[in-house]
Amino acid sequence: MTMDHAPHAPPTGGAEQRDVANAHAPFRSGRLLLWLAVLLVAANFAWIVARNENFEWPVVAQYFFNPTVIQGLYVSLGLTIVAMIIGVVLGLGLAIARLSQDRLASSLASLYIWFFRGTPLLVQLIFWYNLSTLFPEIGIAIPFGPTLVSWETNSVITPMTAAIVGLALNEAAYMAEIIRGGLLSVDRGQFETAEAFGMTKGRALWRIIIPQAMRSIVPPTGNQLISMIKATSLVSVIAMADLLYSVQSIYNTTFQVIPMLMVAVVWYLLITSVLNIGQSYIEAYYGRSDRRRTGGATPAPVVAAAEEASH
Amino acid sequence: MSPTATAAPLVQARNVHKSFDQLEVLKGIDLDVMPGEVVVVLGPSGSGKSTFLRCINHLESINKGSIEVEGEQIGYRLRRGRLEKLSSNGIARQRRKIGMVFQQFNLYPHMTVLQNIIEAPIHVHGESRKDAVANARRLLDRVGLAEKADNYPRQLSGGQQQRVAIARALAIRPTLMLFDEPTSALDPELVGEVLATMRDLAKQGLTMIVVTHEIGFAREAADRVVFMDGGHIVEIGKPEEVIGNPQHPRTQAFLSRFL
Repeated sequence: MTMDHAPHAPPTGGAEQRDVANAHAPFRSGRLLLWLAVLLVAANFAWIVARNENFEWPVVAQYFFNPTVIQGLYVSLGLTIVAMIIGVVLGLGLAIARLSQDRLASSLASLYIWFFRGTPLLVQLIFWYNLSTLFPEIGIAIPFGPTLVSWETNSVITPMTAAIVGLALNEAAYMAEIIRGGLLSVDRGQFETAEAFGMTKGRALWRIIIPQAMRSIVPPTGNQLISMIKATSLVSVIAMADLLYSVQSIYNTTFQVIPMLMVAVVWYLLITSVLNIGQSYIEAYYGRSDRRRTGGATPAPVVAAAEEASH
Repeated sequence: MSPTATAAPLVQARNVHKSFDQLEVLKGIDLDVMPGEVVVVLGPSGSGKSTFLRCINHLESINKGSIEVEGEQIGYRLRRGRLEKLSSNGIARQRRKIGMVFQQFNLYPHMTVLQNIIEAPIHVHGESRKDAVANARRLLDRVGLAEKADNYPRQLSGGQQQRVAIARALAIRPTLMLFDEPTSALDPELVGEVLATMRDLAKQGLTMIVVTHEIGFAREAADRVVFMDGGHIVEIGKPEEVIGNPQHPRTQAFLSRFL
């Protein structure tokens, strides 16, 4: 019995040799070949696209900084930022309302989310833009009573306001669900502790719950922001001169459809890349308490020394 | 340390009942806690002892009876001769002088140790940051963790986290401290450091209600021991009576397991 369990061969070499600190990773030739093959295919594809005259790269370069394109880029970015800020603020309110024990608040929030998530954004934008055909005048009035103030709808709803309202209200519905999920991900004991220390609900949310919820809110919000940038291209249907609309207006006269679309594609990719970098910084910020000051395997004296040095 | 007979009780619980749906957890609890008194609540799991503690600062609302702290009824107020529920802000105000220490520590993980301690003093009690920081450093020194001020909770051991939680609760200058099984989530070798800190507080005359399984702590530090079972207070008295010479068979059965 002891024979069966005995090692087949005694370990060779001394303790020095068996110390894992001296181990090295073996060279894996298979991985290297795979890398080379993938890089080769990628390089070849890039070469084919770059050499393909149908893309008309000189035209892309020529129009890349065209004033009309840059103007459209500003509109797209501006719309994204404004709609996203309104969407996040409104979404936070909706998320809190939906989680509240107040039946009125939670049903209204649910109704809002149901409607705006359940209808296509494109249709919402068209309805906002054509609001005047449904309601020629909008105003503030006592329900079933007299009107206090009113405006002509066409003077209020310009393509710009229709685009902002449409994008922001739609975004709020999605952000509400993302934020609600984030708030629910925080340990219930945290809210209880904040309450036990005499914090009001608002302060507990702001100081204790939301900072912890941010860790699960940020990644999907990054997703939403990127979707939003591309969703702004929908506003071209209501005559907003965004990035896509601008390149369309150029190729409608020059007929260089593909290179102009490439201008837009490259701009969208550039913006998205910048956002990705920003997102990783924000994630690192909200994950800071999770990182240990030094790696897990670092011997204790080093940690102690680091702490000494910090004082 | 024994309370004077003339003083008014700091905590006054009268016929407290509490149910979760169909399950009645507290079936008429009466308890007076005098200023400066240390009351240790013992009892088997499910006896309602933690629930009772959580009712004192209205983390749980009660279904019948009343609880007063410093003469103020918790969670309610009299208005034109009728009792009405307080708003959540009103309840928050009542909790300001009640410190609480939780089984799972519940430190705020996104804040450093120092930020954890100064949070309520600054944002609830309106202390200046300078005063709050100075007080926090003094309290950290007192629980023996002065050098951990800038660490995050995750970098501390369980025992250290619980001592920070105690410092955090002391930072609001409480008139009453509630301990909800403060050592139950700790490794056995870390229990001692937390109990030593609590013993120290008891000596200094802080009014404490401690729900625990630590019989030894009850025997040494308690002015009175309460034994709960099945939602009732079964036995109450000085530690040498309740622990040394229990009268009720439930208490005897419970304590025999610790001998």
